Amino acid sequence: MSARRIFARPARFAAIAPYLWMVLFFLVPFGFVLKISLSQTAIAQPPYTPVFDLTEGLAAIKAAFGELSLDNFKLLISDNLYILSYLRSLVVAVTSTVILLAIGYPIAYGMARLPQRWQSVAMMLVIVPFWTSFLIRIYAWINILQHDGLLNKILLALHIVSTPVVWLSTDSAMYLGIVYSYLPFMILPLYATLAKMDVSLLEAASDLGAPPRQAFWLVTFPLSLPGVGAGALLCFIPIVGEFVIPDLLAGSNSMMIGQTLWLEFFTNRDWPVAAATAVALLGLLVPPLLLYDRLQRRQLEGAG
Amino acid sequence: MAGQANRISRFNITSLALGLAFLYLPIVILVIYSFNASRLVTVWGGWSLRWYHEFFNDRAMLDAAWMSLRVAGVSATLATLLGTLAAVGLSRGERFGGRALFSGMLYSPLVMPEVISGLSLLLLFVALDAERGFWTVTIAHTTLTMCFVTVVVQSRLTSLDRSLEEAAMDLGCDPVRAFLFVTLPLIIPAIAAGWMLAFTLSLDDVVIASFTTGPGSATLPIRIYSEVRLGVKPEINAICTMVIALIAVVIVVASFASKLSSGQGESAAPL
Repeated sequence: MSARRIFARPARFAAIAPYLWMVLFFLVPFGFVLKISLSQTAIAQPPYTPVFDLTEGLAAIKAAFGELSLDNFKLLISDNLYILSYLRSLVVAVTSTVILLAIGYPIAYGMARLPQRWQSVAMMLVIVPFWTSFLIRIYAWINILQHDGLLNKILLALHIVSTPVVWLSTDSAMYLGIVYSYLPFMILPLYATLAKMDVSLLEAASDLGAPPRQAFWLVTFPLSLPGVGAGALLCFIPIVGEFVIPDLLAGSNSMMIGQTLWLEFFTNRDWPVAAATAVALLGLLVPPLLLYDRLQRRQLEGAG
Repeated sequence: MAGQANRISRFNITSLALGLAFLYLPIVILVIYSFNASRLVTVWGGWSLRWYHEFFNDRAMLDAAWMSLRVAGVSATLATLLGTLAAVGLSRGERFGGRALFSGMLYSPLVMPEVISGLSLLLLFVALDAERGFWTVTIAHTTLTMCFVTVVVQSRLTSLDRSLEEAAMDLGCDPVRAFLFVTLPLIIPAIAAGWMLAFTLSLDDVVIASFTTGPGSATLPIRIYSEVRLGVKPEINAICTMVIALIAVVIVVASFASKLSSGQGESAAPL
């Protein structure tokens, strides 16, 4: 690509600054993560042995490649702690995504059936919590779920339970927090596909004798599958790496991979292992990321 | 249109109402309890502004709030500038080298777990030997939020009638002037909405700020987060309510801006 072609059109020229910014602050950092995941842990500042020293020329680079090691990754495979936290991340992400679909679908469906004027109001109401700080929303739940919080008070007053139930620091609290935080991410793509759907197809189905329930499963649901896929991936991918919600709401006995990374980095100060954890987490996320990218592309083409 | 298939059932209304209640109840409860006079978070002791007063006497919290507002203001402005340029490049530029890589980089941070982005940026800053503090957090937030700005502005640009720009160019405008005098005024509301989204996202972030900040320059969410880990405090209720109020104002302005945007689009279309 010659410089002339890049600079020929002003619009292309406009992309140069953000392009350079993203390369410097998004792409290059991944190179550093990769590099440090392959270097040795050291008790120093920064706490890893430097791998490259470009000032010393080619010989130094050759020597540096000799020093690269897969030790950190071997550690990840050999230690149960890491394997268990990967598995837990996957289990939590899959479970949460299924719950989100089950709750989000009826809400999105209800929205899409509203009169046009109310649809934009409902959409606004779903977006507002997404704009409101998620930390604050998690904190709001801690208020409700704590030992003498509102939930236990109501349950006691209604004589549903006789002693306060422990809600905080349990998996149910964590799932509640995750579902609560990610619900808008699930509703919006679902709503987008359901609202676009041609209603005459349903009318045709009912003309041909399909009762509403059957029409839903034979017409509406299959047509909404792209939205289901987009919503599921949009939730699944960040939940796998979730840190704050399980840290505040789940018990401390089993960690998700994001928490393990955080612990290695901030508590154990083992940067190479933290970097190796990040690389492995990224590896775990590449297939769903690619899938999401393909879905997005197909939807854009369908719309255009 | 009002055929049987399109009728709203009781089930639709119930699920929608329950869903919205689920989304809003915790926030409403939090706001109400921020006016609680009692020291105990769970016992109602009458209405009071006590915890707001407490916040305004808390030096550390005030510093953190000020830091957060500065980071959010600067990073949202930078992100809006870069994000708008990126959107223009993507939707108006012809195919250019590495376009796929560029849009890939712009879309990945939208879904990428924050721990990965945070860690990778920190390792870059350490390698560059940059002093961590205001600027490193600002750069990190700019990188993350410009992707959201790009999405917002790009969707407005693609829905815009291109014949307007073409007409301006036929009448002798060069592309830069056609953009500045025709396109830019039409997308200004989307740019404003993008800025506000970037501002609120920056005001909200704990994870990336924790990785990229230095000692003595904690943002408000970092402070709130470390307090919350120790237990619920009534002062936090008051701080959270103020943040919610600030964000609510921003949302109202943003929705007003986008309404203005679509209104302008319609009135401009018959031209």
